[in-house]
Amino acid sequence: MTDFLHTFLFGAFPYIAIGSMIFGSILRYDRDPYSWKADSSQIMSKKGFRLGSNLFHIGIILLFFGHLVGLLTPHWVYEPFISVEQKQVLAMTAGGIFGTMTFFGMVILIWRRLGNDRVRSTTRFMDLAILLLLFLQLILGLMTIPESAKHIDGATSMLALSHWAQGILTFRPDVAADLIHEHWIFKAHILLGLTIFLIFPFTRLVHIFSVPIKYLFRTGYQIVRKRG
Amino acid sequence: MTIRAQIGMVLNLDKCIGCHTCSITCKNVWTSRGGVEYAWFNNVETKPGLGYPKNWEDQEEWKGGWTRTASGKLRPKAGGKVGLLTQIFANPNLPEIDDYYDPYTFEYDHLKTAKESATVPTARMKSVITGKYKDKPDWGVNWEEILGGEFEKRRSDYNFQGMQEQMYGEFENTFMMYLPRLCEHCLNPSCVASCPSGAIYKREEDGIVLIDQDKCRGWRMCVSGCPYKKIYFNWQSGKSEKCTFCYPRLEAGEPTVCSETCVGRIRYLGVMLYDSDKIKDAANVEDEKDLYQSQLDLFLDPHDPAVIERARKDGVPDSWLEAAKKSPVYQMAMDWKIAFPLHPEYRTLPMVWYVPPLSPISAAHENGLMDSKQGSDGMIPDVKSLRIPVKYLANLLTAGDEAPVTSALERMLAMRAYMRGKSVDGIANTNILDQVGMTEYEMDDMYQMMAIANHEDRFVIPTNHKEYAGDGPFDHELAFSTRSACGFSFGTGCDGGEVKRSNLFGSQTHSNTMNGNALHAQTKGDGWNTSGDNS
Repeated sequence: MTDFLHTFLFGAFPYIAIGSMIFGSILRYDRDPYSWKADSSQIMSKKGFRLGSNLFHIGIILLFFGHLVGLLTPHWVYEPFISVEQKQVLAMTAGGIFGTMTFFGMVILIWRRLGNDRVRSTTRFMDLAILLLLFLQLILGLMTIPESAKHIDGATSMLALSHWAQGILTFRPDVAADLIHEHWIFKAHILLGLTIFLIFPFTRLVHIFSVPIKYLFRTGYQIVRKRG
Repeated sequence: MTIRAQIGMVLNLDKCIGCHTCSITCKNVWTSRGGVEYAWFNNVETKPGLGYPKNWEDQEEWKGGWTRTASGKLRPKAGGKVGLLTQIFANPNLPEIDDYYDPYTFEYDHLKTAKESATVPTARMKSVITGKYKDKPDWGVNWEEILGGEFEKRRSDYNFQGMQEQMYGEFENTFMMYLPRLCEHCLNPSCVASCPSGAIYKREEDGIVLIDQDKCRGWRMCVSGCPYKKIYFNWQSGKSEKCTFCYPRLEAGEPTVCSETCVGRIRYLGVMLYDSDKIKDAANVEDEKDLYQSQLDLFLDPHDPAVIERARKDGVPDSWLEAAKKSPVYQMAMDWKIAFPLHPEYRTLPMVWYVPPLSPISAAHENGLMDSKQGSDGMIPDVKSLRIPVKYLANLLTAGDEAPVTSALERMLAMRAYMRGKSVDGIANTNILDQVGMTEYEMDDMYQMMAIANHEDRFVIPTNHKEYAGDGPFDHELAFSTRSACGFSFGTGCDGGEVKRSNLFGSQTHSNTMNGNALHAQTKGDGWNTSGDNS
């Protein structure tokens, strides 16, 4: 990989992807609120849906928070409590368990989307595309586990990856250099992840922003709207 | 006390002839577009039967409506707020499309385009979802029409609870009635309560329950949360849709489409005043059989000066207070006690009420064995000799309490006997009226309302004073804000047709599955206009 391409992909592309995700979502929410929805296909077929959807959603939410905390917690914050090596083992174990959960959930959901007549015929291009991209991303993620296991002591990869992620959020100029020596599997996982951010507003993933937390704080159950 | 007004409806089942005009006119206005071809905001069921969707009345299966917990708290039957959110990834109580029916169409186009052949071309049936041919329909909105199908299936009708239903499968004892159903616009709606997005709301001014289509995220908890299964998931748009009580018509003082087009003139619309502070307590009485009475207790007398004064203070317009005095719903529910809520045991405090149907005297009684109401000199038959069991009606309308239903049926029988005497024999037999505790004056009113059923008596609908809702004396913007607005659309303004080209966000394509074509088999042009447009 040329230096230019490397710098572009890991120094500039992240901002393009995150920018697209944020501004694209704002634009969609503002211009096209009617299209903002979870787009469930449960009504078409119940078979396997409960197991598949629950495994997938719970697994992927836990994976998301695992990545969020794991990548963005600065070294000095967790250092007094847990060594880098321990953290890496923790990440591999938790990621492995939740990843497997998500994997089986997605296998069921993909089987359902392609195998069930009704679900397949109501599937739009983006519905399948995002499902397959997420599945590919999950497989790449799971493939990083054996790679990480090769250099379990020192955990230099993990430190480099989180240093890079924190560098992105703190606008460090030379941030791409962090990843120059990393194994291709990590780079591929990162690139696909960023690509998912990039296309996020154009898929059903926007429903993630609508987690109905507010529901828990609604006074009583009823909603009465005044006229006007 | 906080007084609110609501437009309520009563359906006189005694006069329903099961013609489905209400369903058809409703469908043409509200659900004649893609994704809701299987949905009927208004449908007419033949009872006993499983209904639409199958077995909708059984909340042990669907977990709709409310439940009173052991500690005396009221919460949605499917779970409290946390419990509902844990079901958001996969709603365990959601009906499948087959519980309604697989929407189908016929290949009409083939009739126009078929080449010359030895046999007559046919319009084959196909599923609009998959586009695959079907040999026959397997279920429909009205599958059990006039007791269609075997009794073995119909016998699991929820309303047979506590009855020896097997005997009603015998030819001599069989009975049937029609039940037109629509959204109940409940005082304590469980759909509103179970919507995580807060998209469903009850309108303060007229009690109509609506779904904000822009706020709906398609979490589909309302579909299962409604015990009447009157919220439908549009599978093309991914949003929930429901009966709007034809609010644009009601706002203008016009009856709903289903009411206006009712051939049997069985529908009534009128204003009810109620105390909104007491809703929760009324829905939470311990014994299910008390729910009918507790809802009656919520309603306020529109003639009471104290009520009028308070209602004015709470912002109910004078025209509404005048309408409330003439409300046919109030008269039938409160004055004559002949109308009842549908399944009050769901604790939703529904606002579409039903007058139970009279039925022919069953065969056993006709052969000289007919009992009559004690002390009525044979003028009023014993309601037990009616073909439709009172217990069945009570399970439908009063959570199983037979006394109020019996009283209502007796009053209706008394009305017949009294009016027959008056017009045939020229004798007003007030003895009959004494038997059912009514005065001549009341009975004349009831006859006028029930039997003559003039348009102006059935529909007493004040217009909606939107213009006064703003801060100023007459808010021009508010008054005309929804003028020329559209009904349900796919978020594409007033365009209700097909959109093949997706926008930037890739989600606005939709097919008109009501035009005789399946989802992916949309033809270019319709055969007459083959050049068509090629968008």
